[in-house]
Amino acid sequence: MSNQTELSQIERAARTRRILKKSFTYLMLTLWALLVLFPFYWMILSSVKSYSAYNAEYIPKFFTLSPTLQNYVDAFTTVSLGKYFLNTLIFTVVTTALMLIVITLAAFAFARLSFRGRDLAFSLFLALMMIPNELVIITNFVTITDWGLRNTFAGLILPSVTSVFYIYLLRENFAQVPDELYYAAKVDGTSDFKYLWKVLIPICRPTLITVVILKVIECWNSYVWPRLITDREARFLVSNGIQEIRENGFGRENIPAMMAAVVAISLPLIVLFLLFRKKVMEGVSRGGTKG
Amino acid sequence: MNVTLEHLTKAFPSQDRKSKQEVIAVNDFTFEIPDGELVGLLGPSGCGKSTALYLICGLQKPTSGKIFFGEDDVTDLPPENRGVGLVFQNYALYPHLTVRQNILFPLQNLKGEARPSKEEMLRKADEAARLVQIEPYMDRKPSQLSGGQQQRVAIARALVKTPRILLLDEPLSNLDARLRLQTREEIRRIQRETGVTTIFVTHDQEEAMSITDRIIVMKEGSVHQIGAPQQVYDDPVNLFVAKFLGNPPINVLTGRVAGGRLLLGDQPVLEAPGAPEGEVWVGIRPEGFRLRPDGPLVCTLRAVEVMGRDMSVLAAHPACETPTLRAIIDSDSRIDRESQTVRFSLRPNKVFLFSKETEARIPVTLRGEEGK
Amino acid sequence: MEQRSWKAWLYLLPAILFLGLFMVYPLIDVFVYSAEEGYNSASQTYFGVGPYNFSYVLHDAYFLQAVKNTFILVIITVPVSTALALLISLGLSSIKPLRNLYQTVYFLPYVTNTLAVGLVFMILFKKTAYTDGMVNLILHWFGGNTVDFIDGPHWAKMFVLCFYTVWVVLPFKILILTSALASVKQDYYNAARIDGTSSLRTFTRITLPMISPMISYLIITGFIGAFKSYSDAVALFGTDLNAAEMNTIVGYVYDMLYGNSGGWPSYASAAAVILFAIVLTITCVNLLVSKRHVYY
Repeated sequence: MSNQTELSQIERAARTRRILKKSFTYLMLTLWALLVLFPFYWMILSSVKSYSAYNAEYIPKFFTLSPTLQNYVDAFTTVSLGKYFLNTLIFTVVTTALMLIVITLAAFAFARLSFRGRDLAFSLFLALMMIPNELVIITNFVTITDWGLRNTFAGLILPSVTSVFYIYLLRENFAQVPDELYYAAKVDGTSDFKYLWKVLIPICRPTLITVVILKVIECWNSYVWPRLITDREARFLVSNGIQEIRENGFGRENIPAMMAAVVAISLPLIVLFLLFRKKVMEGVSRGGTKG
Repeated sequence: MNVTLEHLTKAFPSQDRKSKQEVIAVNDFTFEIPDGELVGLLGPSGCGKSTALYLICGLQKPTSGKIFFGEDDVTDLPPENRGVGLVFQNYALYPHLTVRQNILFPLQNLKGEARPSKEEMLRKADEAARLVQIEPYMDRKPSQLSGGQQQRVAIARALVKTPRILLLDEPLSNLDARLRLQTREEIRRIQRETGVTTIFVTHDQEEAMSITDRIIVMKEGSVHQIGAPQQVYDDPVNLFVAKFLGNPPINVLTGRVAGGRLLLGDQPVLEAPGAPEGEVWVGIRPEGFRLRPDGPLVCTLRAVEVMGRDMSVLAAHPACETPTLRAIIDSDSRIDRESQTVRFSLRPNKVFLFSKETEARIPVTLRGEEGK
Repeated sequence: MEQRSWKAWLYLLPAILFLGLFMVYPLIDVFVYSAEEGYNSASQTYFGVGPYNFSYVLHDAYFLQAVKNTFILVIITVPVSTALALLISLGLSSIKPLRNLYQTVYFLPYVTNTLAVGLVFMILFKKTAYTDGMVNLILHWFGGNTVDFIDGPHWAKMFVLCFYTVWVVLPFKILILTSALASVKQDYYNAARIDGTSSLRTFTRITLPMISPMISYLIITGFIGAFKSYSDAVALFGTDLNAAEMNTIVGYVYDMLYGNSGGWPSYASAAAVILFAIVLTITCVNLLVSKRHVYY
């Protein structure tokens, strides 16, 4: 009998420990979630406070009772936020489209076609993966300047239309498609290009989508190269725009309007992410790095 | 240590969110496993065998019912306090540790008084390794071992802390056919030497029949029959058990009881005194056929396969559920392969009758016609 | 055969063209630049070839400040973010309800514009004439002294930079570690539980060795990423990082190239080559260390 009470004591202790552990885990996770969300909350909150209300708060308030959308109007009228958006959109779409063409062709050549020097060429390509962007950006800056392409879309776009990593990712995917499909297409008299277009691309669509998502995020957030290559506001992207707004935009202290701009800039990617949550996370864990 | 289950039930919430229906993996298990026996939990895949095993070792909590180890109620006890050893289907050997480190692992978990000295641990690990005969490989990593060797390491790891009960989850399913035969003998030997109460789960009836003291036949979460392998084979309680045990499988035919006789087609084949009139399922073990030129069961001959010791006759009969039935007879028997028909008489103790509705065994003693 | 070979190169042509122009040529060129003394970008002339550019950069107080800042940033953020990501992923993989929600929330910083959200951080930490700012308010509640984290003492600025960097890099690390943890088979944990393994021991003897390849990958890429950090600092302290004493090595390269003190591609190249050498060395050391400690 005493044995039985001992056992039930062990049971109870184990249960208490489990519950304590669970609660602690949830507490910590919630704490971090709040830390992540707080800046987002703060920027939305500040963006709907009126200019005068915001500046009157010596001690910042955690809520507002009279939200206003005036700041958003200001953000799009006082500075050319709309223009930055359009520029970024053009930059993102064109860069991504050109890159898709370039990397698909290259990946196809490496994966499917046999030609002399293929393996050597592929190894050289892979070696290029190790070269940091910072090392080559200097000469690229000089090149683009020499060509007179500063403050043009061409200058913004051209250096970022290839990515060795994406070629590699796509080649691996193409190589997984069974050889028989290619031979079958050859027997039917399909040309290489038609095979690529009609068979490979549809089969490998998931990987292509992943690449597109990653590239779009990269383009939307790119700052360093656009900053080097544009000094005229007419060609600013959103990142440069926000920096410009911060330094001489609304007059330094119109923080609510600044926050409205920040919300507007952050929103497209967040919406994209929430729509394609699974795809984005899968894509990033397969090939993304940041920091 | 005997293991007692009382009305043990485990229900899982349904995967399908819309229907609120639960999946009952283990339904009202009540039985006792005597101390020192090797027991096989047998059933087709997905019948809840592994769940039952996980309930016994404590990795899952039952929805209702109780589990006793000896006199102790262990139902709510966490697994580490139950003193069980479990061998996983894929062995779950830690790939980054050597064989010795793997075997030592459970001992190193012990705390306080229960924790043996370092030398004692090494001695115990060596002893366990000797028992399963893997001493030469103590410093290798699991990936450098064959499947059979990994299996032995897993058993050694489960045994090293001298568990009260040893549980094995499909221990042979990842091995090739030859190793399987060898390893099952090995398991029997190890169990005999240690005398530990052992429960193992399998979907392979041959495996269960060959080495266990007792088998528990399960289907869809319910126990159908418990008993010594030969007894269950010779006396199945229902059609499922009869079909599940035996290789080649039992032949199933549709028959009719009329006037105390069993009829297949229109031919009376056996006497069935006291059996209820009407249609029945008739199960005939392959070895239940006897070649007789004047036998009552007339079949169309399809093929004859000679397999050394005995001979397999494939024949068709209109009452049979499958296109052909299979009879196993002595290879000495003479059979005219050119003839269209073949005639059998039946051994009454190899023929079972089952209810058409419930598929339950009809308790009746059959008698041969020829005795008359 | 010959004709097909020719065709294949045609498929490769765009990639080769772009890579040659914007990657291979600049790679060679950067070493050439870094060796050309007194290069004048207007006349495209130089005096001679030698190590002067390197010597100049290494004696430049701004560069030394940038190196110091970068090293502090690396030494603080890489261990902190990796350890924090590990803790969070462990927590995440131990729960079931709400897991997806938490995962989604934790990933948000990855898809935000570094510059834009940096601005929010600046406002939270900044102390102005009108307000002490959010963070100082909280400090005040707990009885601390208020500090201007954006224009104040160096340590305070460093703290904000590290904090923001960790905030930005965590989503990626959490994602990688959560999927690494998920790939450890449940059977190993079940086996450990049956053997009565304590949670600490399960973690150090089973979980950690099994996910060690991913941890090592994160540490290596974390080092590389942190050494190249730049836009986080810009987001918090503005483009004139030298004045704020918050420049990083990459920031120094860009400033030398373009900006207020710009127009010196040779110095920029020398600094970039030095950065590359540092990163290469650290990566090699990392690989050597991980070879000894990582189970594959």
